[in-house]
Amino acid sequence: MIIQGLAFYMFAAITVAAGVMVISARNPVHSVLFLILAFFNSAGLFVLMGAEFLAMILVVVYVGAVAVLFMFVVMMLDISLAEMRAGFLQYLPLGAMIGFVLVMELGIIGGSWVIADNVDKNFVAPIVAMKTTNTEALGNMLYTHYVYYFQAAGMILLVAMIGAIVLTHRKRPDARKQNIGDQVSRHPSDTLEIKKVSSGSGV
Amino acid sequence: MGVIDRGIRSIFLAELVSGMALTLRYFFRQKVTLNYPYEKGPLSPRFRGEHALRRYPNGEERCFACKLCEAVCPAQAITIEAEPRDDGSRRTTRYDIDMVKCIYCGFCQEACPVDAIVEGPNFEFATETREELLYDKEKLLTNGDRWETELAARLEMTAPYR
Amino acid sequence: MVEFWWTYIWPVIWILLQILAIVVPLLVGVAYLTYAERKVIAAMHLRRGPNVVGVYGLLQPIADGMKLFFKETVIPSGANRIVFVMAPMITFSLALVAWAVIPLGDGLVVADINVGILYLFAISSLGVYGVLMAGWASNSKYAFLGALRSAAQMVSYEISMGFIIITVLIVAGSLNLSDIVNAQKESVWFIIPLFPMAVIFFISTLAETNRHPFDLPEAEAELVAGYFVEYSSMTFALFFLGEYANMILMAGMTTILFFGGWLPPFDIAPFNWLPGPIWFIIKMCMLLFIFLWVRATFPRYRYDQLMRLGWKVFLPISLAAVVIVGGVVLAFDISPLANAAASK
Repeated sequence: MIIQGLAFYMFAAITVAAGVMVISARNPVHSVLFLILAFFNSAGLFVLMGAEFLAMILVVVYVGAVAVLFMFVVMMLDISLAEMRAGFLQYLPLGAMIGFVLVMELGIIGGSWVIADNVDKNFVAPIVAMKTTNTEALGNMLYTHYVYYFQAAGMILLVAMIGAIVLTHRKRPDARKQNIGDQVSRHPSDTLEIKKVSSGSGV
Repeated sequence: MGVIDRGIRSIFLAELVSGMALTLRYFFRQKVTLNYPYEKGPLSPRFRGEHALRRYPNGEERCFACKLCEAVCPAQAITIEAEPRDDGSRRTTRYDIDMVKCIYCGFCQEACPVDAIVEGPNFEFATETREELLYDKEKLLTNGDRWETELAARLEMTAPYR
Repeated sequence: MVEFWWTYIWPVIWILLQILAIVVPLLVGVAYLTYAERKVIAAMHLRRGPNVVGVYGLLQPIADGMKLFFKETVIPSGANRIVFVMAPMITFSLALVAWAVIPLGDGLVVADINVGILYLFAISSLGVYGVLMAGWASNSKYAFLGALRSAAQMVSYEISMGFIIITVLIVAGSLNLSDIVNAQKESVWFIIPLFPMAVIFFISTLAETNRHPFDLPEAEAELVAGYFVEYSSMTFALFFLGEYANMILMAGMTTILFFGGWLPPFDIAPFNWLPGPIWFIIKMCMLLFIFLWVRATFPRYRYDQLMRLGWKVFLPISLAAVVIVGGVVLAFDISPLANAAASK
């Protein structure tokens, strides 16, 4: 258990530190890199909880795809931090309020743990009891009990994707496009004619 | 070629496969490159490589410092200084070729009236430092002594065309 | 004290030994893969390839390594130093870390985790960060363009790779790599029922490892050398090693998913005399040969064609493959998972 404990504190400490760095790093690209570090260490925490499927999905989806896009955008944009910091203080009340709400919520979760001391049984990962891999457990839940919600979520994502394409796609009638099918199906005999030309006579 | 035929071909990646079959055939074929340091290609007798100063058969150096080569050298790589020797004959005291400047055009050997400066068949004279490529008279004469048989043979082979 | 030794120290040492046993042969393999690449491509060009350093040039990779090791590390003045130095380390260590879950033989695996294939997939999707960081930190437009190309390319081909992995998972009924191989032991190698997916998977791995004909990120005709233009000596060597280690990894992945991992082709006398790991290595070598063979054969794709192939050809095909394979498995009731549940 000691090793698990050490690993937990390592992952947790790095996650928190990386989270702090995300908002305090001067360079936005560094912020994204720290965000990735935070994701990565959260994946480590998931593994410690026995939720290896979630951990891997976190890495594949968030680190492997979402953060890459963040990185793309941040790298391409020429963000001047001095300008962004200019109106920093005027958002302080709002920010402080959101922060306060979050801290209170955390306090309530932690407090319930202390007040009702048998509630922590609900937090234990149920997979351990089910004696299956948690991929199987998740699949069983997701595709039976929650199948409609799952499908609805999928539909919403699809609609969002189509919407984004429809909004940004514009027809450019003058743009010339390559039709690879036509190109590949063209045969030399369709366009080429080979003539024997005797010298001096011309074609 | 019909649509079906073409479709089948593209589904089975026929063109990619035939391309790869071609390279695989080449894989097993005899190599065409020479195994260079151990095998070498033929060299023309007119090949212009490393320079050498030749001697007469009695051991007397041929060059009498007419400085035609120095004058004709387009890269101005040759430097010659001359003084009468003790026996009264006119000989060089200094004959330097800067091999870094040299463009191996062969004008020096064309200009030479006594076939003293020639460009030999040697092309493997790479050095580790730049200074080693600043040839002096001694180095050129040693080159001449080392390659004399071949230099003479090459001159004889090209003589009818000069 | 004795208990402390056996419960804490010894497992750590044992794991370190296992890691060494994987990493050292892997690095030697990487070195000789570069040699094999030069020899194979030379042979297809009717050249000889390296043949002077050692017998048949066998010491060439070591000579190259020594050369890179003793050269000076140049860090460009405009570069972001920390990110610049970290990028090759990330690329290299990711290429090694993935080997933790690859089963070389029956039970011969460092970490036999339940979600092995997802782990591999996750690690290979992380590879893009080394490239992006290198391109951004170099503060050079060639490097940056190369990095952007590479990132876009890797992200796009990962999707079709993911779907193809799903088809394999449907047939195998497990995310554990050893179980996937064992499923092939009971039936046939998945290359036979899933041949088109195997081909697409292999082509996607070419794109994923930035190999020919998809080596746009380092297209030397346009971008000099792409994201590692500014790198020299060991930092460059780490990129190089990482790239080749990734090739070996992808070959290993294809072997496990489609070519039956450590299984002999036929479980009869002359074939099953060879131990499993040897079969695994033989299969990987065959796949790596195809990697090199493809490089010697095909010209480079244009970038828009590359993206078209990824999004408009491979993605629909692999999506359809998931539906078809899933449908067939369901229709003929041959799902290994359901059968296992029924036999329980």
